[in-house]
Amino acid sequence: MHPAPSVIVFTVLSGLGFGLLSFLGLGLPQVTGWEAFFYFALAFALAVGGLVASTFHLGNPQRALKAFTQWKTSWLSREAWLSSLALVAMGLYAFAAVFLDISAGLLGWLGAALSVATVVATSMIYAQLMTVPRWNHWLTPLHLLTLSLAGGAILAQQSAVALALLVVAGIVQILHWVLGDRRFEERGHTIESATGLGDIGAARLFEPPHTGTNYLLKEMVHVVGRKHAQKLRVIAFVFMIVLPIAVLILLPQGIVSAALAILCYLIGTFASRWLFFAEAEHVVGLYYGARSAQAVAG
Amino acid sequence: MFFEDRALDTSPKVSDEVRKTTCYMCACRCGINVHMKDGKVAYIEGNRDHPVNKGVLCAKGSSGIMQVNAPSRLRAPMKRTGPRGSGEFEEISWDEALSIATLWLEPIRKSSPEKLAFFTGRDQSQSFTSFWAQNFGTPNYAAHGGFCSVNMATAGIYTMGGAFWEFGQPDWDRTKLFMIFGVAEDHDSNPIKMGLGKLKARGGKVIGVNPIRSGYNAIADEWVGITPGTDGLFISALIHLLLKAGKIDLKYLANFTNAPCLLNETPGSPDNGLLLRDSDGKPLVVDRTTGTLTPFDEPGVKPNLAASVEMDGVTHRTVFQHLAERFLSEDYSPEAVGERCGVSAGRIKSIAAELARVAFEEAFELDQPWTDFRGKRHETMTGRPVSFHAMRGISAHSNGFQTCRTLHVLQILLGTVEVPGGFRFKPPYPKPVEAHPTPHCHSKPDCPLDGPHLGFVRGPADLAFKEDGSPARIDKAFTWENPLSAHGLMHMVISNAHAGDPYKIDTLFLYMANMAWNSSMNTRGVMEMLTDKDENGDYVIPRIIYSDAYSSEMVAYADLILPDTTYLERHDCISLLDRPICEAEAAADAIRWPVVEPDRDVRGFQSVLIDLGARLGLPGFIDENGEARYEDYADYIVNHQRRPGIGPLAGFRGDGTKTGRGDINPDQLEKYIENGSFFVEHVPDEAAFYKPWNRAYQDWAVGLGFYDKPQPYLFQLYVEPLRRLQLAAEGHGERQPPDHLRQQILECLDPLPTWYPVLEETVVDPEQYPVHALTQRPMAMYHSWGSQNAWLRQIHGRNPLYVPTKIWQQHGFEDGDWAQVTSIHGQITVPVAHMAGLNENTVWTWNAIGKRKGAWALEDDAPEATKGFLLNHLIHELLPSKGDGMRWANSDPITGQAAWFDLRVRIEKVTAPEESQPVFGALKSPVGEGPAVVRQKVSK
Amino acid sequence: MTQLPETSEKKLGLVIDLDTCVGCHACVTACKGWNTENYGAPLSDMDAYGSNPSGTFLNRVHSYEVEPRAGGCSQTVHFPKSCLHCDDAPCVTVCPTGASYKRQEDGIVLVEEDACIGCGLCAWACPYGARELDLAAGVMKKCTLCVDRIYNENLPEEDRIPACVRTCPAGARHFGDLGDPSSEVSMLVAERGGFDLMPEQGTQPTNKYLPPRPKDQLPDMDVLSPALEPVAGEPKGFLKWLDKALEAI
Ligand SMILES: Nc1nc2c(c(=O)[nH]1)N[C@H]1C(S)=C(S)[C@@H](COP(=O)(O)OP(=O)(O)OC[C@H]3O[C@@H](n4cnc5c(=O)[nH]c(N)nc54)[C@H](O)[C@@H]3O)O[C@H]1N2
Ligand SMILES: Nc1nc2c(c(=O)[nH]1)N[C@H]1C(S)=C(S)[C@@H](COP(=O)(O)OP(=O)(O)OC[C@H]3O[C@@H](n4cnc5c(=O)[nH]c(N)nc54)[C@H](O)[C@@H]3O)O[C@H]1N2
Ligand code: SF4
Ligand code: SF4
Ligand code: SF4
Ligand code: SF4
Ligand code: SF4
Ligand SMILES: [Mo]
Repeated sequence: MHPAPSVIVFTVLSGLGFGLLSFLGLGLPQVTGWEAFFYFALAFALAVGGLVASTFHLGNPQRALKAFTQWKTSWLSREAWLSSLALVAMGLYAFAAVFLDISAGLLGWLGAALSVATVVATSMIYAQLMTVPRWNHWLTPLHLLTLSLAGGAILAQQSAVALALLVVAGIVQILHWVLGDRRFEERGHTIESATGLGDIGAARLFEPPHTGTNYLLKEMVHVVGRKHAQKLRVIAFVFMIVLPIAVLILLPQGIVSAALAILCYLIGTFASRWLFFAEAEHVVGLYYGARSAQAVAG
Repeated sequence: MFFEDRALDTSPKVSDEVRKTTCYMCACRCGINVHMKDGKVAYIEGNRDHPVNKGVLCAKGSSGIMQVNAPSRLRAPMKRTGPRGSGEFEEISWDEALSIATLWLEPIRKSSPEKLAFFTGRDQSQSFTSFWAQNFGTPNYAAHGGFCSVNMATAGIYTMGGAFWEFGQPDWDRTKLFMIFGVAEDHDSNPIKMGLGKLKARGGKVIGVNPIRSGYNAIADEWVGITPGTDGLFISALIHLLLKAGKIDLKYLANFTNAPCLLNETPGSPDNGLLLRDSDGKPLVVDRTTGTLTPFDEPGVKPNLAASVEMDGVTHRTVFQHLAERFLSEDYSPEAVGERCGVSAGRIKSIAAELARVAFEEAFELDQPWTDFRGKRHETMTGRPVSFHAMRGISAHSNGFQTCRTLHVLQILLGTVEVPGGFRFKPPYPKPVEAHPTPHCHSKPDCPLDGPHLGFVRGPADLAFKEDGSPARIDKAFTWENPLSAHGLMHMVISNAHAGDPYKIDTLFLYMANMAWNSSMNTRGVMEMLTDKDENGDYVIPRIIYSDAYSSEMVAYADLILPDTTYLERHDCISLLDRPICEAEAAADAIRWPVVEPDRDVRGFQSVLIDLGARLGLPGFIDENGEARYEDYADYIVNHQRRPGIGPLAGFRGDGTKTGRGDINPDQLEKYIENGSFFVEHVPDEAAFYKPWNRAYQDWAVGLGFYDKPQPYLFQLYVEPLRRLQLAAEGHGERQPPDHLRQQILECLDPLPTWYPVLEETVVDPEQYPVHALTQRPMAMYHSWGSQNAWLRQIHGRNPLYVPTKIWQQHGFEDGDWAQVTSIHGQITVPVAHMAGLNENTVWTWNAIGKRKGAWALEDDAPEATKGFLLNHLIHELLPSKGDGMRWANSDPITGQAAWFDLRVRIEKVTAPEESQPVFGALKSPVGEGPAVVRQKVSK
Repeated sequence: MTQLPETSEKKLGLVIDLDTCVGCHACVTACKGWNTENYGAPLSDMDAYGSNPSGTFLNRVHSYEVEPRAGGCSQTVHFPKSCLHCDDAPCVTVCPTGASYKRQEDGIVLVEEDACIGCGLCAWACPYGARELDLAAGVMKKCTLCVDRIYNENLPEEDRIPACVRTCPAGARHFGDLGDPSSEVSMLVAERGGFDLMPEQGTQPTNKYLPPRPKDQLPDMDVLSPALEPVAGEPKGFLKWLDKALEAI
């Protein structure tokens, strides 16, 4: 899939933002007043900033409200509802915390649950897609959720939780990569099943339908070199998991260490997210010969 | 809100009005419905009532709207301001343009009309443009046939009075086995596809003979990936096997062909090899019943194929015996030819067996009585459901004429021409050579030419020489180098004019041919010739006038541009007088009319010629008072008469009810428009088959004015005109070929079908150039003009060189690699791609995708210009010098057909350059560049 | 609603004959022509005359080469592809706005452009690459099965078929109700072994493909078949045979 900056920024930042909101809603840390203001400002900036970034991906953002209508079937619609509800709940909670010095516990719990649900909904948008075998797995929500919560925990300065979550996120990430690498084959999607020509023999794209590019190729057929991907995986893992853990363990807890840890986390997560998209192969690539040869570049 | 609760109008208004006219993206000439909204073209679809396409349209036809609105359309007449080839022009008025043209042409006509060379490319109005040229008086006129498919046309006409291609078609409703040679797309593009569809739906079988398995060959049930240039051998082997097994139609051969005619075998006689004739000149046969020599058309005669007669101690045998002797020779056994053809002997045998099986075991009778030219009534028509088709793959080789002949002879031996289930002619074909004119070339100052330029040579007397024996035509058509060049040699015009050989010309006047690019061999050389200057600093070809509708590469090389309209903006006439749109079951002609008015200062080229004709005072274009005879082309179409009662259009003549022959009808065009812009007259059932010999057909053809009296004739297994030319080469007669050509004439101009290796093979070392290189037309592109179409150029915006598995592996190619391709003439560097369904010694690419920077209103970095390429740089119009001081044309020695597909190359892997090589400088676009975004929609 | 109908009354769709398609792209541009002038926003072309043209098309023709497992030479297959109007259409259920829907009356899958936000998710959900976001209009485009032709009372009855079917010169495209087992298209599918693309995706496409018929079946003949038995041993014998054969006619 095309690693579009808008979706990468969206998923990483809003994930982080809702992760932080989850902790804030749970009262971890229990903050009020100015301190609360800074925490919530950061959380909202991330969550809303991410959501805004996602609208850059839209062809007609002015109609975005329509996205609320199909919650019965569409994870994207559900995400719209859940993120809005989460923001409203946490907004009220934040208002109370910042201006009224009240920690409205129950509202916080609700907001935290909605925030977690938002991250899950976002991840289900990807996980539900049969067309992208790498994503179409229960590990995908777990992957996005653990990362989001780990980041949130760092920002919320919940070192112990953060460490635990980072370890889990790291394991999930590795599993997601390792299992993901085999998903396409396991599903049995081949150019022969795509074309139905397998009864005759082995098929190969001879001529694409057009010599230029098109929306599908730009959006869904992206090929990354294997070596390049391996290198990026190492970088992602080191920055996203190893370094934050090291920082949290080795440096005294505080703003500085949290900032440093989150910086590493962000670098790593952006790399991981880039790979999340770039390495995900859409079955439509089969029609363009993307698997049998590297002929079609994204 | 639930599923059906949607605001969806399933019955929107489709258009305000439908205007019916004729498509022009190729020579197929399908009928189209142009849907108009707000006075603009909104949507184009096929006309269901039209005889050619019956509603379907190809990819080009369906994209016509992008052609009509293309940003590359020329806008006004232009005068060159920069040097030739720069593309710098100034727009001028029509008045000025026509005055300039008159100023240039008038003195030539007064002094030496041959100094005008007028060549008209893929012209659909040849009966008109040739009429103009004839009136001007220059012998130098032809259209593009010489570089296109003249081998196919001529071999067909000399052998059976018509060829494949526009001349005929398989009996798609009845054929069961269809064999197609060397076709990627053809002129008859939609009918072939419709026919294949019908055949497939009935479960019929297709055998494709083609080095490349794409398109029609992709759906062929059997694919024969033949080695280019060897079809003649392959077909000869089929004939060998069929003859040997007696699987031939003896009755058909005896009655309808010159197989039973007797050949004069008197050694050394000037008549040696000519047919024995009676005093009326009628070929003689031996009647099986009486055993006597009898004219072939005598009622009741039973011609004897096995006859021989003794006269003056000499035995004269039938054509059939000579033919059998040749093809029964073991030289044509499958074992002898298989390897050379790249087809196993076993496969040749199984194909021959299949042909024999279907032709004879699946023969059937149609319950349709008919009467033959000898007066014999037949109660039924015998059907043989085997049919053939072929085009440029066998035609565009220097042995193409003979290969086409061999194929025709195969069909005739099987008795599958003009029979149910076989191949059928489209009126006004069949037409024997005798019904065609001979070439005319005698020009005199201020005087029309002595007759039509192009024609069919019967013998040395018809060749086109001046008094002094030098070639009369600038293209050297109808000379000993290529005596049967019935379509001229457009590909030699620029080269000869530049060389001043046979003489210098003053003005080159071209219409619709992209000669500075894809229709030339040796493209770089041609561009140099067009821009070359003499010692005085004047252009070697002094003046060039060109009519194009679009900003093509050629535009940049002209001094004066006469911009044409697009096909929806003008009148046109697709006439039975030249290239008809008929179907086997009907005669048909068609028009185009301005369904929209041009929004630019452009004029229909034919109307411009009419204006120019009147300004020059050409006899056919002025009346008794010296006034213009025709207002414009529409006026000409209606009011011109070739012979009394016969005009450009056959339909709605006289009071609107007369067909073929009839008075002028001033409302004729309106009638055509009402009828969907075409006219059809069906062939009567009794006349539907056996047309050359069928009385009912002959009478019908006379009625329609195809000829003035019935002209039944025999198919020519043996082509006598060729023998007459050979006799000259043997020293007989007044007109003698130069010595250096005698051998070639004796070898190639064989009156019986023969095979010789293509000429390039005789001068190029096959070790050094082991690979054959071909082009194919993409179905979704028309030569150079598709690229200006925003839709089509997305489908074919660049072209790789397709390489077969063997060569791919040999060179270790991978996707994205490039190769240097070298011929004896030149070198190109181009991207490669792998194709498995390809003859193992052949590479190929799509034709005419590569574009010059600056042309067609494309941006300079368009893929057509950076990745696309032409094979033409590798192909020369001349063969490499043989050191004898002669210029040997890279053409068929019989017809002058350009030998595009003889090309041999070698290929090497190289690192990818920035762009395909060679690169030429950018032309300055006279029309700017197209817009960035296209959102074609009329209704908002 | 982007819920799928339980079942549709009809299942209108296309049957594409891979044995007959010559890869001419006529269906591609006929589709572009009709749908640019009709349903919704025009199908735009970006960088139309430039270095990287890319436009919206609802139907495209791929070409494949297949190496027969049984040996023999490679086969070329031209392969047109547009929306398959799946019964279980994932493109519909993912749509957040309800713009994508499947019609209950005939099973046609459509996009209501006024409701589409251009999120692209439906294109991601479609395994077949049948949806393209129009970059100029920002809305999702897909084959409409020419819903504005097939019921259009302004068209003559015989023209109430999709533009691509009407134009296909080879007659490789068939249109009809695949829900009705007695329809011509259903019978064709049954007779020729029509198949689904990527059945493992579980989309249950309505459109079906007819496989290429077996190719290159003529055997390499080592010995001459009876059909080619020579009539005589040597050339002279041929003349004798000829004489006899002529006697017979
Ligand atoms: N390598 C290789 N080269 C080949 C061939 C091949 O097989 N291989 N094939 C050869 C053959 S068979 C042919 S026929 C030629 C074709 O080559 P050309 O005859 O040069 O064909 P086009 O490129 O179509 O160019 C025709 C010109 O007509 C212009 N034109 C289009 N419409 C109109 C109109 O309405 N009015 C006017 N006045 N002009 C118009 C176009 O803009 C274009 O400049 O190419 C030959 N070249
Ligand atoms: N779409 C489209 N249609 C067109 C045109 C166009 O440009 N585009 N051009 C029109 C014109 S001007 C013409 S002349 C016709 C030409 O129509 P075609 O006759 O179909 O011409 P080409 O495309 O040159 O295809 C030549 C075919 O011959 C094969 N071939 C080459 N050498 C050999 C050989 O030695 N033996 C055999 N058996 N096959 C061989 C090639 O592989 C190729 O498939 O098409 C007309 N129709
Ligand atoms: S074959 Fe295509 S381009 Fe040629 S006339 Fe017909 S529709 Fe037009
Ligand atoms: S083919 Fe694709 S777009 Fe069409 S219904 Fe099926 S999933 Fe949806
Ligand atoms: S692009 Fe439009 S139709 Fe597709 S899912 Fe998004 S809103 Fe729905
Ligand atoms: S049915 Fe209509 S919209 Fe669909 S591919 Fe055919 S022409 Fe295009
Ligand atoms: S129009 Fe018909 S033959 Fe041509 S590509 Fe489309 S389906 Fe194939
Ligand atoms: Mo041609």
